[in-house]
Amino acid sequence: MIHSLFLINCSGDIFLEKHWKSVVSQSVCDYFFEAQEKAIDVENVPPVISTPHHYLISIYRDKIFFVSVIQSEVPPLFVIEFLHRVADTFQDYFGECSETAIKDNVVIVYELLEEMLDNGFPLATESNILKELIKPPTILRSVVNSITGSSNVGDTLPTGQLSNIPWRRAGVKYTNNEAYFDVVEEIDAIIDKSGSTVFAEIQGVIDSCIKLSGMPDLSLSFMNPRLLDDVSFHPCIRFKRWESERVLSFIPPDGNFRLISYRVSSQNLVAIPVYVKHMISFKENSSSGRFDVTIGPKQNMGKTVESVVMTVHMPKAVLNMNLTATQGSYTFDPVTKVLTWDVGKITPQKLPNLKGLVNLQSGAPKPEENPSLNIQFKIQQLAISGLKVNRLDMYGEKYKPFKGVKYITKAGKFQVRT
Amino acid sequence: MAQDKCHLITQVGQPQVSHCATPLPVQESLALGKHLGKALPAVSPSPAAGRVHDDLKEMLDSNKDSLKLEAMKRIVAMIARGKNASDLFPAVVKNVACKNIEVKKLVYVYLVRYAEEQQDLALLSISTFQRGLKDPNQLIRASALRVLSSIRVPIIVPIMMLAIKEAASDMSPYVRKTAAHAIPKLYSLDSDQKDQLIEVIEKLLADKTTLVAGSVVMAFEEVCPERIDLIHKNYRKLCNLLIDVEEWGQVVIINMLTRYARTQFLSPNQNESLLEESAEKAFYGSEEEDTKEPKAEAASLAKRKPYVMDPDHRLLLRNTKPLLQSRNAAVVMAVAQLYFHLAPKAEVGVIAKALVRLLRSHRSVQYVVLQNVATMSIKRRGMFEPYLKSFYIRSTDPTQIKILKLEVLTNLANETNISTILREFQTYIRSMDKDFVAATIQAIGRCATNIGKVRDTCLNGLVQLLSNRDELVVAESVVVIKKLLQMQPAQHSEIIKHMAKLTDNIQVPMARASILWLIGEYCEHVPKIAPDVLRKMAKSFTNEEDIVKLQVINLAAKLYLTNSKQSKLLTQYVLNLAKYDQNYDIRDRARFIRQLIVPTEKSGALNKYAKKLFLAQKPAPILESSFKDRDHFQLGSLSHLLNAKAVGYQELPDWPDEAPDPSVRNVEVRGAPQGAGCMGGQGGSVSEESGSSSSSSSSSGSEEEEEEEEEGSGEQSEDKEEEEKRPKRKDKEGSRKAAMGSAGRYPLGKRGSSVNPFSLNPAVTPPPPQPIPSSSIISTSLVTDLEGLTLTDTSLTPAVSVPHALPGMSRDPCPSWGLQVGGSASHTPAPRPRQLLSPAFGAVRTYELLHRMAGEGLSVEYCFSRRPFPGDPHMVAVHIQISNNTDAEVKSLRVSEPKLLSGMRIQEFPEIGTRLAPGDTANVVMGIDFCDSTQAANFQLCTHTRHFYVSIQPPVGELMAPVFMSENEFKKEQGESLCTVVDSCHPCCSQ
Repeated sequence: MIHSLFLINCSGDIFLEKHWKSVVSQSVCDYFFEAQEKAIDVENVPPVISTPHHYLISIYRDKIFFVSVIQSEVPPLFVIEFLHRVADTFQDYFGECSETAIKDNVVIVYELLEEMLDNGFPLATESNILKELIKPPTILRSVVNSITGSSNVGDTLPTGQLSNIPWRRAGVKYTNNEAYFDVVEEIDAIIDKSGSTVFAEIQGVIDSCIKLSGMPDLSLSFMNPRLLDDVSFHPCIRFKRWESERVLSFIPPDGNFRLISYRVSSQNLVAIPVYVKHMISFKENSSSGRFDVTIGPKQNMGKTVESVVMTVHMPKAVLNMNLTATQGSYTFDPVTKVLTWDVGKITPQKLPNLKGLVNLQSGAPKPEENPSLNIQFKIQQLAISGLKVNRLDMYGEKYKPFKGVKYITKAGKFQVRT
Repeated sequence: MAQDKCHLITQVGQPQVSHCATPLPVQESLALGKHLGKALPAVSPSPAAGRVHDDLKEMLDSNKDSLKLEAMKRIVAMIARGKNASDLFPAVVKNVACKNIEVKKLVYVYLVRYAEEQQDLALLSISTFQRGLKDPNQLIRASALRVLSSIRVPIIVPIMMLAIKEAASDMSPYVRKTAAHAIPKLYSLDSDQKDQLIEVIEKLLADKTTLVAGSVVMAFEEVCPERIDLIHKNYRKLCNLLIDVEEWGQVVIINMLTRYARTQFLSPNQNESLLEESAEKAFYGSEEEDTKEPKAEAASLAKRKPYVMDPDHRLLLRNTKPLLQSRNAAVVMAVAQLYFHLAPKAEVGVIAKALVRLLRSHRSVQYVVLQNVATMSIKRRGMFEPYLKSFYIRSTDPTQIKILKLEVLTNLANETNISTILREFQTYIRSMDKDFVAATIQAIGRCATNIGKVRDTCLNGLVQLLSNRDELVVAESVVVIKKLLQMQPAQHSEIIKHMAKLTDNIQVPMARASILWLIGEYCEHVPKIAPDVLRKMAKSFTNEEDIVKLQVINLAAKLYLTNSKQSKLLTQYVLNLAKYDQNYDIRDRARFIRQLIVPTEKSGALNKYAKKLFLAQKPAPILESSFKDRDHFQLGSLSHLLNAKAVGYQELPDWPDEAPDPSVRNVEVRGAPQGAGCMGGQGGSVSEESGSSSSSSSSSGSEEEEEEEEEGSGEQSEDKEEEEKRPKRKDKEGSRKAAMGSAGRYPLGKRGSSVNPFSLNPAVTPPPPQPIPSSSIISTSLVTDLEGLTLTDTSLTPAVSVPHALPGMSRDPCPSWGLQVGGSASHTPAPRPRQLLSPAFGAVRTYELLHRMAGEGLSVEYCFSRRPFPGDPHMVAVHIQISNNTDAEVKSLRVSEPKLLSGMRIQEFPEIGTRLAPGDTANVVMGIDFCDSTQAANFQLCTHTRHFYVSIQPPVGELMAPVFMSENEFKKEQGESLCTVVDSCHPCCSQ
């Protein structure tokens, strides 16, 4: 399976290597660098590269390439999914998955990698098990460790490893028992030039933060579970119960985790909460163009649209932009040609507008295409699909937990073609 | 200060530092600095390294764990950066027995990394591990085995072998899992051990814990993937455990089972395969195909042996399906490929939704999924059509994703959606990403060739692109137009003329070559222009690319043949230029063509045929997807992605023509598999409902086997239920155990509606087959609706005399019910009392005859006891419960004035003479002959003061009586009764 792993930063330094079988020389990464050069953009590096003796499967996360070396047939998604799980674990342990964080905690990283794979086959990837084996670094613990000489490696077998619920550790205790659920929905949409919706879809997740003592058995029910068309579950959820009663019944992992992710059935019409009026034009044979964009709210069920940000990848011929924003601030990066307009809150009384001139490279032909506008926004306390949590019941434990549900709607891949 | 020294050291310690890519961190450079004062070793291969490590050695030799730990941490940091720390081996290996667990772990890390290089020294550590293998703590046993097997030192192979064998029968499943992991390690070290290892694998495959299952299948795949025979006995167990195995194990098991199923079962689509060939030619859309198939299938069924899916095949499909909802993309993909390769065509569709979901994931996941979707969408277009819009492209997608999406969109294009797709393509053409634009133009070309209706539209669109500013776009369009024009050149001389004009401007060689070829090929359509073009090209010949030169020669030759008057001299000129070209291909071509077209004395017989050779009708090129036929690789595999066989790829075998003996999967071992019906919750833990259902169905499953093998059941379900302590579940558990105790008596459940009230006792020797005329089995008026006997998943399924009763069942082992209509019960011999047990009254569904409000305090409920009325076998017994909720007595309750349809009869219950006191209830039984109809029986219910009009309408299911019947009998009856019976039976079985 997975033979070796190399972590490479953006400037091409291999800053960590780990081998689960015989050592593979770093030079194998040259094939990767070659492909990277060919791809120009990091996004376009092929995830699977075939070399004379090995196959390289890589992912790109948080400015780090995770390049794994494979010697024989293995489902590529198996490796990709595992690498993402590694990155998630780093994120979980160190708060960020960055080169500095990994370098600072190189020993823990190594111990983690050692536990996660045995002979290239995943062994323990569940964060609760890993945390029992290797305690995440905290300032307090490192101080204590340095004084007492105790270690951050657990010396007991993680019970989860053996139980039927490997995601939960035993003997969890909290003084405040809390269970929070965030229903986060994202609107993916493509809006065409005339403002009509080409494609729109709602994707949602329920992220949970559960801090409950003992072995609570939760069941979460919805007012309108039929909305959920396609659902993927955390392994803790009893699939059968969902099938028969549309109730999420589970013994939760401890801490933060993603309970489900779902797609709202495509029959439902998606309410698009904002509209964009735009006028972008480049004049033939002149080195300027006009840019005029207004964003307004629509169908937002009485909630305010917040944190609106618009990013536009302008054509290469654009040299600079002289704009005035009636609200918020804008930046234009002349190197990457990305225009970012941080709008903030939209108030229907005064619609935010960004208007001005575009300077083009003189002599260059007029850009063929108008750039598309990518919009980000947030609406608090609203799940745009109308999904509502009905109730949360807890069995198996005596105490009364504090329960909370939060709804939020965001723009996912929300694109307006112009 | 540190900076200075560091600089100094980099010079001194050149050999050590030069090969490390990253600069030394401060900590280490300080360590270097500390030793700078010491004398340089005279002749050392890496002097600096030696000195650095002296410091570490000292720390390792100290008595303090904290110093050791510090040293080990620094060493591990060096290893992580890919630096050589091998010279510390003796110092490190001494600490292998260190008490501090973290030091120990880090020593293990070091050992595994360097043991291969320092084999002799590594042997020093072996005894520690051997001791560890005997430790009472399972964690220590496991980790000792793990490290021991990771040390790649050939000399310890026998020790490893012994350790693995021992660990394989360890009490702790965790140690057994580690043993499974160790197998491939040993195998890669010494492949001669294969036979012995296979024995261990065989043993571990029989392990019943989910913890081991994934790892041992992994070992199986690495060591002996060809020994498919080892799987037989474990097949059912693996299928049933699958849902509870950890994610990574699931992927491996599913992939292996896909291969297994391909060797053991028959193709579920074999009846369609022949039709497909004709259908595919005749029909465009796959939907049309689909609608066509059922009919055709029915016709072919009559002719050939009907396909019956092996219950084990069904089991696999059923147990993998819930995993489509896994959060792990690899699991979803594994199930998707399993369905693609194994499921009947009609069922493959379920995977589309899950695959589309994965498109929201990370870029690399998207990339792999899209590759697979592209392959699937060629074969099964209908499946992804509803999700067409999910493949629309965003300007922010990376190019490689864009191109894959484009591929899928093109594959999905058909006559109905082509206009939408083309509209999308129009947007894409204006993209800034030129590679993507080129791919879009290709895609338009493919749509145009595949869908005749839009060919002209596409062509017009492409011609418009010829005036695009971007040369690459124009060039790509030219190439695609060339291909399209070949289909119907006569109508498009205008376009050819237009393209001829382009030769002045366009510089891209491929495009120029394409234009020249077009003009040459269709020079008769553009007789005036062609020689002119040749003249221009002759002028610029020497500056052209090779590919263009070849086409110039080609054009010249063709013109010479068709229009030698105008072009003779030009041709001569071109050929002369080519004769002295630097490229030998061009020289050769010129020589060859000259001989062929210019008649000379020497030229042979071919000369006459020159025209035929050059101006032959050429077939239009077929624009095909590059993903066509990729599905001969197992989907989701590395080989499929690369479109080349990867090392260690196991070929996906073709379906066998004759199914191998299915009985090999029967297990004699006591209670090894958990029967066929188990389907747990998605995770390891099982909910109350699902737990009870899975345990109950698994109990029924194991009983099936039991019956077959005439052995007591050994229910082996890992008691997941123990986590849950609710009384209700205990009840179930209790009843289940009771059921087990009474050798297969089916417990009555608590859940009214879904529980079947009849408890058949399979352990009793089955009654001899009863001759039941098929006409009496199911009256045709009832066959359309059998909901009354629908067995939901959670119901406790009654016995089946043979396991896997029905072909085509999809979830629970199907009960072989013989259905008997109450009205015609007399046709059969009197039912045995043992077969028809009286139902518990509460478990049967009761219906309301008279509501408390309508009845002014009198409420009447009734239910069907599902037995013939004792007085008259034609009648159905109806239990009536009358309760008096008034505060006065009710007297003389009776039935009067029945209004019945012709043929229906009613046996009234005797008048209740006694008074019914307030709060009292009375139970009576009446018989009704419904004449096999579901018409209501209307009558009046009278009390001493009032008359109530009431009616009893029987649900279909209540008009039947259960009959015991063996599977063979059932099949026979099934075969004899009308097709519709079978059809309507299936939905109820496959709930």
